[in-house]
Amino acid sequence: MKHVITALVENQPGVLARIVGLISGRGFNIETLNVAPTLDPTCSRMTIKVPGDDRVLEQVTKQLNKLIDVIKVTDLTQKRYLNRELVLAEVAATPQKRQEIVELIKLLSDAKVVSVQEKSLTIQMIGEQDKINDFLKLLKPFRILDISRSGVIAVARGE
Amino acid sequence: MRTGAQCIMDGLQEAGVKTIFGLPGGAVLDIFARLYHAPFEFILTRHEQGATHMADGYARATGKPGCCIVTSGPGATNTVTGLATAYMDGIPMVCISGQVHSHMIGNDAFQEADTTGITRAVTKHNYLVKKVDDLPRIIAEAFYIASTGKPGPVVIDVPKDIQQASTKVQTPKEINMRGYNPATNGHSKQIEKLAKAINKARKPVFYAGGGVIAGDAAEELTILARKAKVPVTTTLMGLGSFPETDPLALRMLGMHGSVAANHAVSSCDLLVSIGARFDDRVTGKVSQFAPHAVIAHIDIDPSSISKSVATDIPVVGHAKLVLKELIDQIEPVDRSEWLAQVTKWQKEFPFSYNKNEKQLLPQYVIEQIYEVSNGDAIIVTDVGQHQMWSAHFFKYTKPRTFLSSGGLGTMGYGMPAAIGAQCGIRNKTIVNIAGDGSIQMNFQELVVAVEHKLPINVVILNNGHLGMVRQWQEMFYKKEYSASTLGQANRPKNEHIKHEGKDIYLPDFVKLAEAHGAMGIRVTKKEEVGKALHKAFGTDGPVVIDCIVKPEENVYPMVPPGASLTEMVQSMA
Ligand SMILES: Cc1ncc(C[n+]2csc(CCOP(=O)(O)OP(=O)(O)O)c2C)c(N)n1
Repeated sequence: MKHVITALVENQPGVLARIVGLISGRGFNIETLNVAPTLDPTCSRMTIKVPGDDRVLEQVTKQLNKLIDVIKVTDLTQKRYLNRELVLAEVAATPQKRQEIVELIKLLSDAKVVSVQEKSLTIQMIGEQDKINDFLKLLKPFRILDISRSGVIAVARGE
Repeated sequence: MRTGAQCIMDGLQEAGVKTIFGLPGGAVLDIFARLYHAPFEFILTRHEQGATHMADGYARATGKPGCCIVTSGPGATNTVTGLATAYMDGIPMVCISGQVHSHMIGNDAFQEADTTGITRAVTKHNYLVKKVDDLPRIIAEAFYIASTGKPGPVVIDVPKDIQQASTKVQTPKEINMRGYNPATNGHSKQIEKLAKAINKARKPVFYAGGGVIAGDAAEELTILARKAKVPVTTTLMGLGSFPETDPLALRMLGMHGSVAANHAVSSCDLLVSIGARFDDRVTGKVSQFAPHAVIAHIDIDPSSISKSVATDIPVVGHAKLVLKELIDQIEPVDRSEWLAQVTKWQKEFPFSYNKNEKQLLPQYVIEQIYEVSNGDAIIVTDVGQHQMWSAHFFKYTKPRTFLSSGGLGTMGYGMPAAIGAQCGIRNKTIVNIAGDGSIQMNFQELVVAVEHKLPINVVILNNGHLGMVRQWQEMFYKKEYSASTLGQANRPKNEHIKHEGKDIYLPDFVKLAEAHGAMGIRVTKKEEVGKALHKAFGTDGPVVIDCIVKPEENVYPMVPPGASLTEMVQSMA
């Protein structure tokens, strides 16, 4: 079971270290973690994906809430929410192969070629995590040279 | 305009600080320059660990936050054990550390340490002050955080240039932290549900922890238990939250708990935990802890609830307020059968030891402390067998009379904590019951008690061993006594030292006490104990009594690690 939680935190130095330290110090894992400012410049939003059952999640949430710099913690898994991830993938592409890959990318509305090199293409894709995983599977036969994933960001959906 | 150093002085005064413990250094000279003129009693300790334990003992004895000031680098790193000790037991404390110049931070400057990084996991919160304008607010916040919710230590790391810089900013009138809103009142519906459960229960038990003491709720607990006629067991941290002389007192539970407490918890139909956190030393094998009981848990810290044992009726709130609300909803219920069973356990299996033993026994010494002080003393312990015997053979009737490192189990806590406690409460007999291992960890602080004429009584139960380690080795490690012998004889081969036949006292605690300017008394026989204690209690400076006790004595009952509470071992025989 995986949980996506978001935490609204004070936008201050040391807060990230505090949160990561707490989660790792208590023996919990972090699968992905994303931090960025919010509309209110004094706050940041963290999106944290943690593997574990409901009890693990309950502890993570409670422990995070205990931190003075944490303003609000929400377990999105229990709510309607949207999630997105961005991936940049560099795929081997000789001039002969290039066209084949470009054709494939055209079938996907969320993916595009963002850079062309002599022997490779860099492709960007934005989507839900499942879709990203499927997309990477699709690219595999072309030989993926490198990837960089943003980790998931998420937001609750309004009613 | 005020300098940062002056803001600290003013902030401490506004927070009601009277006594400060600490030791100076380059990075805090500006603060000490202001301290020179400030209205605080300053206790110059001989080690920063001593300062933190003193602040901790002061806080535990008085209920007010302890305060210490230390320098950067080694000064700050020396506080880590003391902070962790206070953090584990929820003790309010504010520790101010100096830091190198702001522009030097990160450069491996002289005596630089990443103090906020190092202390993050052992504090409730910590601050690195970046602007002098923030300092008045931070000090006020630090004391608020330290002493509200589940209390704990807070570190304020202040770079030297911030101490010197000036500001016009005043202390804020109100503290407003959007990320910190400690719970106070419990949810009325939950309290009602709990009251119903208590009224319905046929075999209920109250299980009280340090939260009852921190929350100043001992009186409410006592009223509630007596009204509801519910037996009460306490944790080590909860000793004194319910009078142990009361027929309803089951006394301590857990690994070295009483038979009555462990049996009662194991057969109860309702267990109400009040400010206790189901520590593994309390529960034994979790799956068999209170197996027949509905579990209710009152705690100010939501993260304590359902952490290790699933809770049926959680109540998040301040113990005092929740208990007050509960008392009114309690109905008289006839539980004579259950109480008769409890009495039977109490009568049949009290804490006991061999009274016919010729050699001086540690348990006897503690009973004598109870007798000679008429049960009216603050007991401060170190960690080990003597700590458990102190829980067994002295009966605690009032909160804040048993001070001990429960969560972290810090050897060396006792003497400095006793000094801190005596700084806060001058007119009470304070006894540090220590082991010969533990006492050596912070012995240097005795000088402080001598200087300030603090009449603490240090009773060393000198068994020539790291006794608790020795006991575990005897019971679970094939009697292979690796590194647990402090005397010179009978050491294992790899620790063998040359010595001429007879053991000598090494160190000689009597001489050591005298070298520090205190009185030292050696006791080797039963008959001498009472006299020595009378003399010590009547002396207006610190006294060290070195009691040479039987080395092989073990603490019983004992629940072996991983076993359930009913599987208590009563003796080695
Ligand atoms: C700082 C520290 N180091 C090690 C331990 C592990 N430990 C627990 S009890 C104990 C023995 C304590 O010996 P002593 O103070 O003589 O007390 P006794 O058990 O003999 O009463 C040790 C080494 C500890 N609790 N704290």
